Amino acid sequence: MVVQQELTSAEVDLLFHALADATRRDIVQRVIDEEQSVSTLARAYEVSFAAIQKHVAVLERARLVTKRRRGREQIVHGEIDTLSRAERLLQQYLELWQQRAGRMDALLREDEGRDPAPSAGPTPVTRKDTP
Amino acid sequence: MTTTLESTVDADALTLTFVAEFDAAPDRVWQLWVDPRQLERWWGPPTWPATFVEHDPTPGGVSKYFMTGPDGTRSAGWWRFVSLTPPESLVFEDGFATEAGELDDSLPTTRTSVTLAGIDGGDTRTRMTTVTRFTSADELEKLLQMGMREGMTEAMGQIEAILAG
Repeated sequence: MVVQQELTSAEVDLLFHALADATRRDIVQRVIDEEQSVSTLARAYEVSFAAIQKHVAVLERARLVTKRRRGREQIVHGEIDTLSRAERLLQQYLELWQQRAGRMDALLREDEGRDPAPSAGPTPVTRKDTP
Repeated sequence: MTTTLESTVDADALTLTFVAEFDAAPDRVWQLWVDPRQLERWWGPPTWPATFVEHDPTPGGVSKYFMTGPDGTRSAGWWRFVSLTPPESLVFEDGFATEAGELDDSLPTTRTSVTLAGIDGGDTRTRMTTVTRFTSADELEKLLQMGMREGMTEAMGQIEAILAG
């Protein structure tokens, strides 16, 4: 693994773990649009309030959302910066492979120059020793 | 000529798939992977060239390499080969190494599967597919046990959609 990443490996693990769940991705989408209380979120899903709380906790650890109290409510706020970093990280991996493929291609092309087919005719001689 | 066909992120398996085509036979592209002198010419980014001090492309075999940055900083890594079927496929784990060059399993490893397939008879053109898993095998297993079953590029598509919104 050679990508120069802005996130530590542990952070990347948390991030992908968090994004690997459809409900959690859905929560992120909702709270990026507009911050919402945990109870409002819980009403949107068939799973229990406790389950949504757990999902939010996972998202919080990955810093995809932040939570604050407003009276009795817990308000969930989406962190767009973290999402952008996730996207950049994926983009970096893709670019890394793209660059590798380019260099592999260059190496393959060198072959063509180094091993001309015998039928290609005599090797041209460049004489530089004549005055 | 390289043709990059596609690159996709799979939210289900946490994999990144990259497909490229080369004007060469699979045998030739295979050499780029198993010959350390050729491998080190393309593995590291140009600003961080790789040096393979060990390269044992056999099942269970280990490779050790370091990359040297513009200021001379070294970053060490290793591969552990899981399987090889020349010239069609190889699977290896890729991880970090300590400064002493020992395998550091405390940091996440990725697992990369490479498939080389001849196109139209296979003598002149090869399609290379690499699939890289992001997290450690343990982490991935845990995630799979959690029952995540989501479609290709979905997470990525959602990220883009969210950012666009």
